[in-house]
Amino acid sequence: MPDDEPILEARELGRYVPATNKWLLQHVSLEVAAGERIVVVGPSGSGKTLLLRSLAWLDPLDAGTLYWRGRAVTRHVVPRFRSRVVYLHQRPALIAGTVAENLQYPFQFSVHRSRRFDAAQIEHWLRVLRREPDFLQKSSRDLSGGEAQITALLRAMQLTPDVLLLDEPTAALDPASAQGVEQCVSQWFQEAPQQRTIVWVSHDQEQAARMADRQLVMAAGRIVQGA
Amino acid sequence: MTYIDLTYTQVAAAALLILINGAISIALRLGMERTLAWASVRTVLQLWLVGLVLEWVFQVDRWYIVLALLTLMTLIAGITAGQRNRRRFPGIWFNTIVSLWAATWLTTAYVLLVVLQDTTSWYQPQYAIPLVGMVLGNSLNGTSIGLNSFTDTLVSHREQVEMALTLGASRWEAARTPVQHAVRTGMIPIINSMMVVGIVSLPGMMTGQLLSGTAPIAAVKYQIVIMFLIASATALCTVGVVLLSFLRLFNTEHQFLFRRISD
Repeated sequence: MPDDEPILEARELGRYVPATNKWLLQHVSLEVAAGERIVVVGPSGSGKTLLLRSLAWLDPLDAGTLYWRGRAVTRHVVPRFRSRVVYLHQRPALIAGTVAENLQYPFQFSVHRSRRFDAAQIEHWLRVLRREPDFLQKSSRDLSGGEAQITALLRAMQLTPDVLLLDEPTAALDPASAQGVEQCVSQWFQEAPQQRTIVWVSHDQEQAARMADRQLVMAAGRIVQGA
Repeated sequence: MTYIDLTYTQVAAAALLILINGAISIALRLGMERTLAWASVRTVLQLWLVGLVLEWVFQVDRWYIVLALLTLMTLIAGITAGQRNRRRFPGIWFNTIVSLWAATWLTTAYVLLVVLQDTTSWYQPQYAIPLVGMVLGNSLNGTSIGLNSFTDTLVSHREQVEMALTLGASRWEAARTPVQHAVRTGMIPIINSMMVVGIVSLPGMMTGQLLSGTAPIAAVKYQIVIMFLIASATALCTVGVVLLSFLRLFNTEHQFLFRRISD
C-alpha cells in the first residue's frame, strides 16, 4: 500500500430518516490517512456521532460508500474491518466481571482467535497511567466513570487497531479523569505515530487543540470545514 | 370402566358454583359481577361452538377440513404470540406464525405417525386436533416469553451488543448471550411443568381421560407422550422465533438494527 493512500475514505455518505423526510448526514466525503489525529467539532445534532458510527459501519448507510485501504467495505470484511477500525462509545459498555475479564473479552471473537491476551502489555500501560496492577482485579461495577473509560480504551488499544474512533470519550468525566483518558490515547498514538490514527469527537476547544492536528467542522449533517 | 354422560341439568348444577364467585364479588364490593357473568356466558358459548364444530369435523372426517381447522388454530396462536410481545418490529407476525407452525406440526406429525401409529389416517381428527391444540397452547407461551426476553435484552443491553460489534464480533457473536437467555427463559415454564407434573397437579388431559374411564396407567402413558411432545415443540418454537427475530434485527453487514424495535 502506498503511504499516501488513505486508511479510510468516505464518499458521499448519507443517512436519511423517511419518517421525518430529513437527511441526518448528507454528502459527507472524507479521507483519513495513517498518522493523522483528527478532531470533529460542531454543535449538538450536527451529525458528529452519526459520522463516527458510519465510519465504523455500525448503521446502514442510505447513500455513499466507505473504503477501507482502497476497497469498499462489504459484509465479508466487516468483523475484520472493525477489528482494525475500533469505535468507542461515549459511555463505555463493560461486561459484568473484573477489569481483566473485560480486557480478555474480545479474544473470544473468531476474528481475534489467533491472538492472545497480553498481560505484560496491559501492565506496561497501567504503569504509564500510574495505576496499580490490582486495578485489573477490580469489578467493573465498582469503577468510576474515568476508570471505566480507561478500561474500554485499554480493551480497544490492546487489539492494535489502525484507527480509533472516539465519540466524546471525556464528555462525562471530571478534569482529572479526562486527563487520564487523554494520556492513555496519546500513549497509544505515540507508540507508532506513523501507523496509528485517531478520529476524536470533542466539544472542548482546548482538548481539540491538544489532541489533534486536523479539525473537521460539522453543521446540519455536513462537513463544512476541514474535509 | 364407564364414564357419566352429563345431562344438561347436571351441567346447570355445576354452573351454580360460579355463584360463589358472584357472592364474593358482592360481599367484597369487587364490582366484578358483570364481568363474571359475561365470562361464564362466553365459556358456555365458546365451548358449545367448538363442540359443534368438532362434532361436524369428526363426522365429515375429511383431510382438507382437518387441515383448514389446524391452519386456523395455528394462525390464531401465532398472532396471539406476537400480540403478547411488548415490543414490535417488522416481520414479528411472520416469525411467530412460521415458528409455531413448523414446530407444532412437525412434532405432532411425529407423534401421530411414529408414536401412535394405529390411527386410521394421519389426519384422524380425534387425535390430530386435540394434540395440535394442546401443543399450540403451550408452545405459544414459550414463544411469547422467549421473544419478549430477546427484545427486552436487546433493548436493555444495546450498548453491550454494539460494543461487541465494535470490537470485531460477528452479528452472531454479538447476539449470542441475548439469544441464549431468550431460549432458556422461553423453556422455563415447560421444564417447571415437567418437574412437578403428577406431584402438584394432574394435567388436564390426564384428568379428562381418568374421568372418561381410562385406566390410570393408560392415561399416564398418554400424558408422558404429551409432555414430551409439548417440551420438544416449545423448544423448537422458541429457538425458531428467536433465530428468525435475530435475522430481522441483525443484518448480514453485522449491524444491529436497533431502530426497528418499537414499543
